[in-house]
Amino acid sequence: MTTAISLRDLRKTYAGNPPVNALAGADLDIFDNEFFTLLGPSGCGKTTLLRLIAGFEHPTSGSLDMFGESILDLPPYKRPINTVFQSYALFPHLTVAQNIAFGLEMLGKPKAEIKATVAEMVDLVQMTELADRQTSQISGGQQQRVALARALAPKPRVLLLDEPLSALDFKLRKEMQLELKRLQTETGITFIFVTHDQEEALTMSDRIAVMNAGSIRQIGAPRDIYDHPAERFVADFIGDTNFLPAEVSSVQDQTAVVRLASGQTTTALLPEGGARAGQVTLALRPEHARLVAPEEGLLTGAVDNIVYFGTDTHIHVKLQDGTSFVLRQQNSPDTQLRFDTGDTAGIRFSPDVAQVLKD
Amino acid sequence: MVDSSLSAEKRAARTRWMLLAPALIILVFAASGPLLITVIYSFLTAGDYGGVEWQFSTEAWFNVFAQRDIFEGTLGWSDAHLSIFWRSVKLSLITTLACLFFGVPTAYFIATRPKKQRDLWMLLIIIPFWTNLLIRTFAILELIRNEGTINTILLWTGVIDAPIQMLYTEFSIILGMVYVYLPLMVLPVYASMERLDFSLIEAGYDLYATRFKVLRRVILPLVKPGIIAGSILVFVPSLGAYVTPRVMGGGNQLMIGNLIELQFGQGRNWPLGAALSMTLLAIVMVALIVYVRAAGNEETRHG
Repeated sequence: MTTAISLRDLRKTYAGNPPVNALAGADLDIFDNEFFTLLGPSGCGKTTLLRLIAGFEHPTSGSLDMFGESILDLPPYKRPINTVFQSYALFPHLTVAQNIAFGLEMLGKPKAEIKATVAEMVDLVQMTELADRQTSQISGGQQQRVALARALAPKPRVLLLDEPLSALDFKLRKEMQLELKRLQTETGITFIFVTHDQEEALTMSDRIAVMNAGSIRQIGAPRDIYDHPAERFVADFIGDTNFLPAEVSSVQDQTAVVRLASGQTTTALLPEGGARAGQVTLALRPEHARLVAPEEGLLTGAVDNIVYFGTDTHIHVKLQDGTSFVLRQQNSPDTQLRFDTGDTAGIRFSPDVAQVLKD
Repeated sequence: MVDSSLSAEKRAARTRWMLLAPALIILVFAASGPLLITVIYSFLTAGDYGGVEWQFSTEAWFNVFAQRDIFEGTLGWSDAHLSIFWRSVKLSLITTLACLFFGVPTAYFIATRPKKQRDLWMLLIIIPFWTNLLIRTFAILELIRNEGTINTILLWTGVIDAPIQMLYTEFSIILGMVYVYLPLMVLPVYASMERLDFSLIEAGYDLYATRFKVLRRVILPLVKPGIIAGSILVFVPSLGAYVTPRVMGGGNQLMIGNLIELQFGQGRNWPLGAALSMTLLAIVMVALIVYVRAAGNEETRHG
């Protein structure tokens, strides 16, 4: 696999009192033709990282390579990278077609080629009918498409997307998620997508880097990140998680035998980077556990609350130590909940489903 | 109910008119009134000791453009007036261009400062307004006159042997006018630059535009309203400038404003002064129409 973007110990510190470490040493390899997502809460450094790659900001230290060559000294207009801005940043004095043609004109492409590419692009984002409109005369979703077409038109090696869907309403956002994924597959361009929306990240990405407080916490495929969060922050930020105290009694390869607070034992996966001993925290997704009779349960507690969500039902169980445990059960005509509020119930989960966290 | 609401509406309308009245009265009497009087005066006969005699005449309008040879009685263009018109237009255009040249980068500089600093920079631009125009003009005169600061320093350091004649030239008039009118360019250009979304500039860089191309293809088209407003604000008063050319140009570099003043003063030819004033007004209007048309055309060309 070719590496499109590679960063080593990339840092960005803003002067101030105290100085702000927007990016505190990031190491990352993004592969060619990959849909890569930078995911994290606001202020985690994901936008700073994107702006460093685009060239709008200069790093304090570290290296930044593109296809094996350093691009640190290249100004943004010399990097074969284009950006879809969060605010779209469409030129208000130009029409839709002129916006899309802008990058091609700046590259000095011949007129005929520009015309052909613009036609191709407006078709790609289904804006042919509105090509001669002013950008102020089209809707938010359409502006989004134009911004996308404008950034794709010069056929960049890498496309940066800075929370491009955040201004759209729910239904449109869903549509655009699929659309973006389709465009990425069709064009074969490396997409680097920034978002704080975990669902967006999980549905679209080939790989995700979860960021917090200026550093990358975990890199992996959506499934890895969701099923095997390496640490509490990642487990907490992505999806809902139950945290259980446990004690490691023995370790074998990637798994550990752990003793739960109830005294029962099960096996759990160890995080990358080694064996753990003593007191640990387990992370367990709500849909990975099921309710059973009290005597069959690894944990027992009283059913506290049952919340119906349409596609599934959330069951809150108050454990013996007083903490709350959430289970998620899919609803179907065949399944029926055998417990009622106030009942004592057991909670069971398969071996190797729970994940031991790093911290 | 209907009646009272109607009367309430009427009352509101009356209140609006009453609020508007003072400004309307001033506008009607102070703007249209004198203009009307000027038009009328330009078609009357000059009085022997100034003022006008109520006798219709086109003599003043005739004299604006033409003159009779005193000895031969033949008709010719009024070269003196035409050259003054030409100088006024030329100096005003140069002043406007110079204000653009210095004002646009200044406005850009201020607009790109952190928000807290911008007010301070704007204050520095506005401060000269608080000083009397005459005093400011004489201060420049002190700088550039033959025995002034610049020449003294240059002579003292041995760079030159004889003082450079800067005062009483077209250069000194332009210098004075640029200095006086520069804030009028900076203010509107700054106002439109401050509204500029700076992510558009980043988008320009991102789409392979160099600094110069971002300026020409993104920034300038977007701040054009400010540039048009600033150019008008500088060009119009420059054309009618009176104090600056009088002080900086001495007696032999007249502009229209000085010529008009001359007719109402020493010349004792009020109708000619009035006709010249109307001519100035006409020149301003033609210039504005041409300018706005040209700017508008460019707009449709670029979309």
